[in-house]
Amino acid sequence: MSKKIGDVILDVKNISLSFGGVKALTDISFNVREHEVRAIIGPNGAGKSSMLNCINGVYKPQQGSITFRGKTFGHMDSHQVAVMGIGRTFQNLALFKGMSVIDNIMTGRNLKIKSNLLMQALRIGPAQREEEFHREKVEHIIDFLEIQAFRKTPVGQLPYGLQKRVDLGRALAMEPQVLLLDEPMAGMNVEEKQDMCRFVLDVNQEFGTTVVLIEHDMGVVMDISDRVVVLDYGKKIGDGTPDEVRNNEEVISAYLGTSH
Amino acid sequence: MQTTFPQLLLNHAAQRPAEPAMREKEYGIWQALSWADLATLVSHLSCGLHQAGLQKGQHMIVVGANRPRLYATMLAVQALGAVPIPLYQDAAALECVFPINDAEVCFAFAEDQEQVDKLLEIRDKCPQLTNIYFDDPRGLRNYDEPGLASVDELVAAGQAFATLHPDFFKTEVNKVQPGDVGAMFFTSGTTGNPKGVVHTHNSLLNRAKAGADFDKLTARDEVLAYLPPAWIGQNIFSYAQWLACGYVVNCPESAATVTIDLKEVGPTYYFAPPRVFEGLLTSVMIRMEDAGALMRGMFHYFMGVAKRVGPTKMEGKPISLTDGVLYALGNVLVYGPLRNSLGMSRVRVAYTAGEAIGPDLFTFYRSIGINLKQLYGSTETAVFVCLQPDNEARADTVGVPCAGVEIKLADNGEILVKSPGLFKEYYKNPAATAEVLTADGWYHTSDAGFLDAHGHLKIIDRVKDVGRIKGGVNDGAMFAPKYVENKLKFFSHIKEVVAYGDGREKVCVMVNIDFDAVGNWAERRNLSYAGYTDLAQKPEVYQLIKDCVEQVNADLSVDTLLAGSQVSRFLVLHKELDADDGELTRTNKVRRGFIADKYKVLVDALYEGRTTQFIETQVKFEDGRTGSVSATLKLDDAKTFAPVKAAA
Repeated sequence: MSKKIGDVILDVKNISLSFGGVKALTDISFNVREHEVRAIIGPNGAGKSSMLNCINGVYKPQQGSITFRGKTFGHMDSHQVAVMGIGRTFQNLALFKGMSVIDNIMTGRNLKIKSNLLMQALRIGPAQREEEFHREKVEHIIDFLEIQAFRKTPVGQLPYGLQKRVDLGRALAMEPQVLLLDEPMAGMNVEEKQDMCRFVLDVNQEFGTTVVLIEHDMGVVMDISDRVVVLDYGKKIGDGTPDEVRNNEEVISAYLGTSH
Repeated sequence: MQTTFPQLLLNHAAQRPAEPAMREKEYGIWQALSWADLATLVSHLSCGLHQAGLQKGQHMIVVGANRPRLYATMLAVQALGAVPIPLYQDAAALECVFPINDAEVCFAFAEDQEQVDKLLEIRDKCPQLTNIYFDDPRGLRNYDEPGLASVDELVAAGQAFATLHPDFFKTEVNKVQPGDVGAMFFTSGTTGNPKGVVHTHNSLLNRAKAGADFDKLTARDEVLAYLPPAWIGQNIFSYAQWLACGYVVNCPESAATVTIDLKEVGPTYYFAPPRVFEGLLTSVMIRMEDAGALMRGMFHYFMGVAKRVGPTKMEGKPISLTDGVLYALGNVLVYGPLRNSLGMSRVRVAYTAGEAIGPDLFTFYRSIGINLKQLYGSTETAVFVCLQPDNEARADTVGVPCAGVEIKLADNGEILVKSPGLFKEYYKNPAATAEVLTADGWYHTSDAGFLDAHGHLKIIDRVKDVGRIKGGVNDGAMFAPKYVENKLKFFSHIKEVVAYGDGREKVCVMVNIDFDAVGNWAERRNLSYAGYTDLAQKPEVYQLIKDCVEQVNADLSVDTLLAGSQVSRFLVLHKELDADDGELTRTNKVRRGFIADKYKVLVDALYEGRTTQFIETQVKFEDGRTGSVSATLKLDDAKTFAPVKAAA
């Protein structure tokens, strides 16, 4: 099995982010290559989620720049990020609990729908045809994530592992080039984790989607990532292939502690 | 008239090309495949396989769930005079090695990545397996294995070949004879290697037709195919009978969506083992418990009516006017909606087979107007040996011999069958063939049974398990342990039973209570208990089990053959019989001999007439640790009844 990893698609340079006196991120630089699975790991409070939030424009870093597909930004704008093709899932699910699985995933198509609200409500003009087109895309995602049995189930009634899958489905619905996953396996049992790993790898291989993921489960990270960035207290302490990172002294001491 | 599978396909494609042959739910929509399109697909697959080197007489395995292209591949293989072998999709990789090597299989159809991985895993053990074709390419894009290709590529290659040789497919189909080998099924042997059961086109199609004629199946019927295609039952229902009748086979979206798909399709012809019917009933009952008081009251009232009136009505006998009105009202308010919610609104004929079905379960379905019936058969007989006619469905028989079948009883009670649907042989295993298929054409089923006064076949037990009572008042009477055990197990409070009596003067049983059911029963009676062992030994529980045993005895006493199998003494075991402790097989069948050794003190105490007995047993916990459970068990007598001689 081999896949082609391309050029750098996302380049993060010297990012620093602070909240008042708290330094969340200090001078972080790393890059993501096209079609790779890039993991960000680190102990609690290391700044992993903050990093993702900088990439998709939720936080505005005080210093540094982010280059996506050749365009450089001081800070990202979240709407623009989505239009440019960066999708994400959330650590604490942000789904519409009362809506069905189909409707939740359909919201991920929002940016791609051209007809306006009135046309959609009255089903006039091209609205109906457009909805069919998008519904078909959504159906492919449902098939891909193997959640056919829950199409019409309100998301709030589903077990947590399946809700995570729906969350991924919604992110996939926008057909992202880069997918940011914030702890996709948190709170899952072993079987659910295995399923999720398979889906992440399948997304990466079938659609060529570049994946940036935060994960705590080291087994998962080492298994599925091509390269790993390690953060600790807002600083980058390691960067490389899983093997390189595993043997990095600083990483070992950050995770296991050292005797002084 | 004798025919072949591919010939039937061509007939359907010629006579009604635009009508649907199969439907598959994909992307939320039922996608139909017409007979003409199916024939084209099969011809391309055939050409592709021919080009790849599949020869007449060779075998090709198909592994996967019910999918149109899986069945199309079976047809394509048969059209070349080769033999398809469906394998269980949930079999472990190593279990596939024997069939593949035994049948010298070079070609495989695999549904998806899971099946491909399995076949690749055993490839070094099966070096002759050169060509593997997969249906669903998901996850397989980056596989770079020699001989691995998609079905799409195979079809494309076949299409190119077919353009150059337009008559190839039809010529090949015409060469196939009804007497040629049509398919092979591997039976899971309990001991040793599985055996390949070889069937000809004619043996399978003859039985398919006999079954279809019996129930007047037509091209307008609908079937949902959701059990493994490697099981002869599914293969007959969604393949042989499909081609014989030309009805529509629907393939569910995934295993998880079967209940939803069932409701959407509304099959008219349905087949499932008892556990499926049991699962459906349980889900209904649980939902009913959550319903409002009015709904619940209505449900229970009309289910009472159904239980009283339904069976008589289903037998086509007259019922009183009041009952008729009540039943009609119940039909509108309860039975109809219930059938709809079970996905059985349109079911004309439903069958259950494979194991014994509880009379309550059986009656429940019949009483709400679902024509559930039983049949008898096996892989070796291409299923149809006995079938129950519409108006004569009973829980304890398996019906009358269907067209073409002759039944004879051997001296030891074994059922012998002669039928045009008998298998040709066990593949490469003449010794095993000779054991069950005698030169004069009788197949030895290894089931013991008899034909009752109405000509219905009644199965008692496996022949090797049937014993004789020795000494005492019932000296020489027939003893069928499984028959007695099953009768007791049909009570919801009893989970497992082991019966002894062969070579002894009376029958004694050891009972396992169903912890959930009896626990629930105890709670409703404010009966407190400290755990399984404590609950099992409560006098109230003994009385409960005693009632069950005596009811079975009363039932048995009217049975001319088995009146001697009535249970004289019983005890309730202090621990659950468990496969981890070797007391059950992995498929949850009791290992009578092993248990007799392990609980020898108890068995002895039963026969010696003691009223209590201390026992200590080693148990293995799920995490692998061992411990011991000890208890002083009570032993109790049960009332037996004098045999009622049926008036001759």
